[in-house]
Amino acid sequence: MENQNLNLLDRALGLDGPSEPWPLSGRVVLIEDCVETSGSFVLHQLVKRSLSPTSSNVIIFVAFANPFSHYDRILRKLGCNLVTQRDNKRFIFFDMLMLRCPDVDEGKSSEGGLVLLYEKILKTICGLPGDKKDYVTIMIDDISLVEVAANGGSDYVLDFLHYCHALTSEFDCSLITLNHEDIYSSMERPTLILQMEYLADILIKAEPLSTGLATDVHGQVWLSDYLSSQRT
Amino acid sequence: MADTICRTLRDGGLEGEHAPALTIKDSKASPFGFDVFNYVLTQLSNHILAGKSQSRGLVVVAYSRSPSFYVDLLKRRGIDIASSHDWIHILDCYTDPLGWKNRLIDKDISQEASSLSSFCQDVRNLDKLYSLIIEQGKGLIGQGKDRFSIAIDLVSEMVRHASISSVAGILSNLRSHDQVSSIFWLLHSDLHEIKFTSVLEYLSSMVASVEPFNQAAFGQRVDLENLSMLEQNFRKGKFHVRFKRRNGRVRVMCEEILVELAGIKFTPVLSEDEIINQRLLPKVQFNLQLSEEERNERAKVVLPFEHQGNGKPIQIYDGRRSLGENKEEALVSTGKLQPDEDSGKGQIIYFRDSDDEMPDSDEDPDDDLDI
Repeated sequence: MENQNLNLLDRALGLDGPSEPWPLSGRVVLIEDCVETSGSFVLHQLVKRSLSPTSSNVIIFVAFANPFSHYDRILRKLGCNLVTQRDNKRFIFFDMLMLRCPDVDEGKSSEGGLVLLYEKILKTICGLPGDKKDYVTIMIDDISLVEVAANGGSDYVLDFLHYCHALTSEFDCSLITLNHEDIYSSMERPTLILQMEYLADILIKAEPLSTGLATDVHGQVWLSDYLSSQRT
Repeated sequence: MADTICRTLRDGGLEGEHAPALTIKDSKASPFGFDVFNYVLTQLSNHILAGKSQSRGLVVVAYSRSPSFYVDLLKRRGIDIASSHDWIHILDCYTDPLGWKNRLIDKDISQEASSLSSFCQDVRNLDKLYSLIIEQGKGLIGQGKDRFSIAIDLVSEMVRHASISSVAGILSNLRSHDQVSSIFWLLHSDLHEIKFTSVLEYLSSMVASVEPFNQAAFGQRVDLENLSMLEQNFRKGKFHVRFKRRNGRVRVMCEEILVELAGIKFTPVLSEDEIINQRLLPKVQFNLQLSEEERNERAKVVLPFEHQGNGKPIQIYDGRRSLGENKEEALVSTGKLQPDEDSGKGQIIYFRDSDDEMPDSDEDPDDDLDI
């Protein structure tokens, strides 16, 4: 049952076919989840598919939520060795757990920290060999913690996401982000999550079943593809 | 109706008049505003190239897409601007809006601007942005009295970096510039307070709203029952347009939109639905419309100074005395109204030149008034 569900997700994203050209090239994917139903499994599945032996993808993984060992353990169970991929320069891990912008002169420090992160991503892409530069996937786990690192400066987070979005246009890379929808559900106008939904080409929502909790089915996944009249 | 919008932008404004301004607004419930924007952009570009529009150039202020996106978009629509672009310029507020790339030490990473586009690396400075837009526009049309049009792909992004008043100020200044023929912009209404949306609508002569096809389905959880309705909302929508005429009258029209791979299509509202094509009347406590009975009664009213030719004397009630008391006097007085060439006294001869015109006809006779 689980394999069938994963295959449905792969089919919906176009990942069940040939790996090249990468179906998600130049596209922005937003994964939304909540406390009751985590969407991390979608991110892990996309890591596994991106690093399949038949593809040339390189992942730049910006981790605010968990250390490398966490993802390594999970992906091993899915049949993917992240240590080997890291050594092969196909999985580039940015450990951002300790990024905390100082309180002094909050605004400039928060923005400055994200500017440096953007610069690091850009230089990493530009430093890749020519044949790999066109197959980059940027993954960010997760945006709510980027906001925490920026001392709640959601405007700076949006600026950072805008620049990452510009990278998809400049280098034809993919951008995959995760955010928690229920954090913003109590706000009258949840600007950050709405702005992210506007930026996204594909929205994947993980939510609990309408019938409630079940032992063997943890929730449902809903995928919206805002194609394609806007793409060549 | 979408073509009506495009024609209005094509025709531009009269001398001394503010340029026609279009606000396109949508929301997450029906996110097709950008498709509408692209449609209007393509149509206006075709008019400019064909020499049919008042404007001779187009400045695209790109906040949400790269210049290459617009090059590809117009190319797919049959307009190759890569080879011939002396009529269009793209102000790139997308690639490096805050100068982050410009700060990088390694200048090899920084991009070179092309002749088709130029960078704006400080979108917070709206005075500078205004100058850039005018400068690029004048560069397209030369020194003469020609005009150019402006397209801003996302005002929602513009207001993230500046205050509402300064954004309203720049839009108003652009609209009132004597070399701007027309201007249009896109707005995601659910990202802003109603105040900001209202400000932009007030600045606009046309407001085009994209709304969900199935309003009831929006916001609900996805399940098998409402899945088909939600799917419809991802391909279809409703398109409401409010036109403000020169004389202040407002007209509202509605169409349906269908988004396909090839682009967006506008179709009239289906016959089983009520066609919404109404004039907007002010909400007052008195009735501005006439019923059938009232129309008949009005037709029976004898107009002053009109002769019905039935031989009877005309009685005119002056409101101060009752008709019965002064009937003889009135008859005598009105008798003098009969044409009498020998008496040498003044008279009024009234000829009705035409029947009444309905006040809300399509062709408004006041449209050509220079007010």
